[in-house]
Amino acid sequence: MADVTSTNEALRRFLHGLPGVDQVGADARAAGLGTRSIKSTAKAFALDLAVRMVDLTTLEGADTAGKVRALCAKARRPDPSDPGCPSVAAVCVYGDLAPIAVESLRGSGVATAAVATAFPSGRASLEVKLADTKAAVAAGVQEIDMVIDRGAFLSGRYLDVHDEIVAVKEACGPAHLKVILETGELVTYDNVRRASWLAMLAGADFVKTSTGKVQPAATLPVTLVMLEAVRDFHATTGRAVGVKAAGGIRSAKDAIRYLVVVNETVGDDWLTPERFRFGASTLLNDLLMQRQKLATGHYAGPDYFTLD
Amino acid sequence: MPAMFEYAPAPESRAVVDIKPAYGLFIDGELVDSLDGTPFKSVNPATEEVLTEVVAAGPQDVDRAVAAARRAYDDVWSQLPGRERAKYLFRIARLVQERSRELAVLESIDNGKPIRESRDVDLPLVAAHFFYYAGWADKLGYAGFGVDPKPLGVAGQVIPWNFPLLMLAWKIAPALATGNTVVLKPAETTPLTALAFAEICQQADLPPGVVNIITGAGDTGRALVEHAGVDKVAFTGSTEVGRAIAKSVAGTRKKLTLELGGKAANVVFEDAPLDQAVEGIVNGIFFNQGHVCCAGSRLLVQESVADEVLASLKRRLGTLRLGDPLDKNTDIGAINSAEQLAKIRMLSEVGEQEGAERWTAPCELPDRGFWFPPTVFTGVTQAHRIAREEVFGPVLSVLTFRTPAEAVEKANNTPYGLSAGVWTEKGSRILWMAQKLRAGVVWANTFNRFDPTSPFGGYKESGYGREGGRHGLGGYLDV
Repeated sequence: MADVTSTNEALRRFLHGLPGVDQVGADARAAGLGTRSIKSTAKAFALDLAVRMVDLTTLEGADTAGKVRALCAKARRPDPSDPGCPSVAAVCVYGDLAPIAVESLRGSGVATAAVATAFPSGRASLEVKLADTKAAVAAGVQEIDMVIDRGAFLSGRYLDVHDEIVAVKEACGPAHLKVILETGELVTYDNVRRASWLAMLAGADFVKTSTGKVQPAATLPVTLVMLEAVRDFHATTGRAVGVKAAGGIRSAKDAIRYLVVVNETVGDDWLTPERFRFGASTLLNDLLMQRQKLATGHYAGPDYFTLD
Repeated sequence: MPAMFEYAPAPESRAVVDIKPAYGLFIDGELVDSLDGTPFKSVNPATEEVLTEVVAAGPQDVDRAVAAARRAYDDVWSQLPGRERAKYLFRIARLVQERSRELAVLESIDNGKPIRESRDVDLPLVAAHFFYYAGWADKLGYAGFGVDPKPLGVAGQVIPWNFPLLMLAWKIAPALATGNTVVLKPAETTPLTALAFAEICQQADLPPGVVNIITGAGDTGRALVEHAGVDKVAFTGSTEVGRAIAKSVAGTRKKLTLELGGKAANVVFEDAPLDQAVEGIVNGIFFNQGHVCCAGSRLLVQESVADEVLASLKRRLGTLRLGDPLDKNTDIGAINSAEQLAKIRMLSEVGEQEGAERWTAPCELPDRGFWFPPTVFTGVTQAHRIAREEVFGPVLSVLTFRTPAEAVEKANNTPYGLSAGVWTEKGSRILWMAQKLRAGVVWANTFNRFDPTSPFGGYKESGYGREGGRHGLGGYLDV
């Protein structure tokens, strides 16, 4: 596999040699899986799993230390009325707020993730991106969410994108690297598959759909295509890469659809927060509401769940 | 907490259907007792439970039904302007939609097909066919058959058990739109939705005798086809029966359309979108348990990607869920009858004896009912019986090819010619293949896709005539 990244030409040939994705077929497959009917025990399992997979996220210019602390408290105990409710996987914030999140989550088992590399546009020099990453890692985060240079990707400079990911991965040290493809800007499913392979070849621990700042963000078919790429990469290299669907997943029903796609595309091994994540802020409360509905038989109002 | 994601059962309620203990025949707008028929049982193929008793119509019943259709044709239906006929067809289409949940459940109980398919594929298409042909009823003068094309008269229609209600719609909608009246015989193993359709005709206030439905097996069908009062015969079913019908109709004034068997080639080139091709292969042969005349039962895959495609296919088949057809998560339902199951088993054994390698998807089969797991044969050659004969079950034969020319040769080397599939990212190759393949339908990067606007029918032993689309009108007009 190493020689495919030797030159831009070799890398281009490799990525364009991957089987194409037929958009109509991929959409149809995702829609078909979306009609699975998930009831009772399977639903209870799926809701808990989805909670454990959430990267509770706040990525606003208006974020404050207080807001991040509140979010971290929620991440530890999403449902204060139910001690059986699991914690979420991670809290995802901007790098400058990472120290606060790290501090608030210490000892909780919830990871801190920071977006880096000039999120969300990725338009900065490599030095700035690496400094951004190193600062977050120095603050103690366990996970880095980086964005790829979509401009370079779309203009065919695949090796530049690759090398940048490799550099960021190195800057991450022990932290896990999630590579955001921003699939809404890549547009075609062929591009999504190529970008997934590119990120995996460069050492990504996760491939992630979106920043949440561009529409469309995560969609079921895009996630399907990425999971297929992950599956094929695993079969080829033996290395398991995770997938994070981020942006626009707001309801428990939607989240369960994603879990079905994971289950039937890559299988059980990916039904764990180590291999699949939801990047979301509003999803969590719906998951909590549905959990309570299953337990008590009725819906509590939104005021029974904490604001972020 | 379960270790993995096991879907809990999600059965569709049976409470929406009301199956009577016994049914008569629908003649002249009424459900009537048979004059000379013999009763027989209809069973649920998934459980072998007896659902109801229906009657195999005898010659006198057939006679009465044809006479009713003739009266309705002469007195009412042929006199109505197209726009009036359209009103009835639109009304039927809307009633089908209103009752679609009930009809889907009934179809799954009677046929064994998964509710996912009856609910999401069959019923929407049934309604679409009635809507589509309702639209044509007052525009026949613009369909390219002359300014005032005339109906033929009484149509005798015999349909199979694989898509009971959909085949009914394919037959009845164009016949009524063009001004013919109808005597329809559903298959003996799947009469229930046709009898429910009889109620819909009553609800729609369709004039008595315009649609008549007589149940029964081969004898009833033969009596109908051979009846002197029938002007047009339309048959969908096996090639063997089709041949007999063609003989009996030969030399009479009757017009005939036949939609018979198939052994379709699904051709996968090395540059195909492989993940979608695998879905297309699954959909091509395992849709409706392979009970599809246009099923892609011969997979022709280019040697360079054969191993990869087969590995993906087997992995994918491992996720298929076989079981209770009324469970909303079931992908593969029951085989329609014990007889059909025996035929599938026999041909599969022949496949092994002839030296092909058999692989069976890992699914547990229920204890009762008629079941056959998705099965793939590799190492198949053109000389094998499983590559030539229609299995009509979830059995895929895999062959390989090296060049596009060889793919065409192998694909066409069959007595049948109903459908074919081509998987490639190269548009020029799709067009080249579509020109060369001797098949009524050629799907590109998809399979088993149906639409009322698209004509359907075959070459060679797959029959003649076209159903669906503007072409489908021609079979019911004096042109």
